[in-house]
Amino acid sequence: MTYVDAPSTERPPAAARRRWTGARIAGLILLALWALLGLSIVYMLVVGYDPEKIAKYGPRILNGIWVTLHLVVLSILLGALISIPVAIGRLSHNPIIGGIAFGYSYFFRGTPLLAQTFLVYYGAGQFTDVLKAAGLWMFFRDAYFCAVLTFSLNTAAYQAEILAGAIRSVPSGQWQAADSLGLRPFITMRKIILPQALITALRPYGNEVILMIKASAIASIITVLDLMGQTRYAFSKTYDLQIYIWAAVIYLVTVEVLRRLWEMMERRLTRHLRR
Amino acid sequence: MANYMELLSFGDSGWGDELARGVLVTVTLALATLPLGLLIGFLIAVAKNSTEPLLRNAAHVYTTIFRGLPELLTLFLIYYGGQMALSALWRLLFGYAFEVNSYLAGMIALALVFSSYASEVFLSAFRGITPGQYEGAYALGLSRSRTMLLVILPQLIRLALPGLSNLWLNLLKDTSLVSVIGLTDLLRNTNIAVGVTKQAFFFFFVACSLYLVMSIISSFGLRRVSAWAERGQGSR
Repeated sequence: MTYVDAPSTERPPAAARRRWTGARIAGLILLALWALLGLSIVYMLVVGYDPEKIAKYGPRILNGIWVTLHLVVLSILLGALISIPVAIGRLSHNPIIGGIAFGYSYFFRGTPLLAQTFLVYYGAGQFTDVLKAAGLWMFFRDAYFCAVLTFSLNTAAYQAEILAGAIRSVPSGQWQAADSLGLRPFITMRKIILPQALITALRPYGNEVILMIKASAIASIITVLDLMGQTRYAFSKTYDLQIYIWAAVIYLVTVEVLRRLWEMMERRLTRHLRR
Repeated sequence: MANYMELLSFGDSGWGDELARGVLVTVTLALATLPLGLLIGFLIAVAKNSTEPLLRNAAHVYTTIFRGLPELLTLFLIYYGGQMALSALWRLLFGYAFEVNSYLAGMIALALVFSSYASEVFLSAFRGITPGQYEGAYALGLSRSRTMLLVILPQLIRLALPGLSNLWLNLLKDTSLVSVIGLTDLLRNTNIAVGVTKQAFFFFFVACSLYLVMSIISSFGLRRVSAWAERGQGSR
């Protein structure tokens, strides 16, 4: 909490420092509980250590991590590509184009990703003949491709909102100044608006990547063997809760490392804005 | 077209009543989770706002875990982990196995996720309240709990409402995950309808539309709530 120093107001007198305040005791108890939980999980993993299981399911889990990684990277990149026209539509003054872009973004942000995934994967089955005729059946038959398609469309809606919001946040004086210098709109966008907008968009983009990693677990429900899928497979064979714990640790570490890296990158890229 | 209308009709031949029942489960699950999630989230935010580093760290561990795990994994951990733990306990105490209710497991998992996000919203709302408010309440001789209840909380709600509205819409969408552990929510019933009728695209499209309708209705409701929360602010 930051205090604004105003001379007329006086802070309440600081209470004499007690060693054992209620907050400290509560904090100690809660931290002890966390430590206990952590230790019991470690204990569980040590006691339940089973080389046979690790030999059997370890490679599958590693493969699952790999699948999750390229599923996420591919979806984010494709989503970024799709988000550009959507963002342009969101910024457009034409009511029809703006309406279509708004409808797209509203649909994909307003419905659960799981329902969208079902819509694409199972829904495609209703149009087998048409898709076969168009030569697209090979694509829609594969759960992995369906997951990539759905995730790209979904993240494109979110990324378009991030991009459009960031572009809107650039003060209009920047546009006017570029105009008075005689720059063409495309050059203005590329050299003046986007560099400023993307700095604003950096943090929301990082959040979106993390949300995508977490959401990618949904692919396991349509039989994609990503990290979550392999975990569910191994659990269904062994009924060993350890496997879920391992998956949780992997997801947590991935998300936490990525969050820290993103924070470092942001600090580096915005160092000219700090005073 | 008539065929599709029949598929959605209420009664034996149509799936309208099943879908309606699914919507009811989805909405009640989200509504049941909300107060629990808000309460835990608020307490975590109070802990994070504390001057005591031990308490702050304990609260940060909570958010790091439940914001970092995929919602689906949290759900499975609660459902299967709770099942195993409670079964072992019950067998020890009463000698028979215990069946974990998927509704309760879903509620707890969703509340854990919701509260960890809500605590961040509440925390930034806390930071939006100037120290003068605490000092004014102190000058009036209000106790700490009265200060919180009468001075801080009404302002906190106003500041936190936009963030909480987003979280509510997310919660509504996240309820779809409980269909995976067998709770007959909207998505689960849609799946059953698809299994019988083979009209996958049609039914999932209807389900998506129903989710959209729910979020549109929520948006209207939330606008009313925010108008209520802003009532003291005057027109700006």
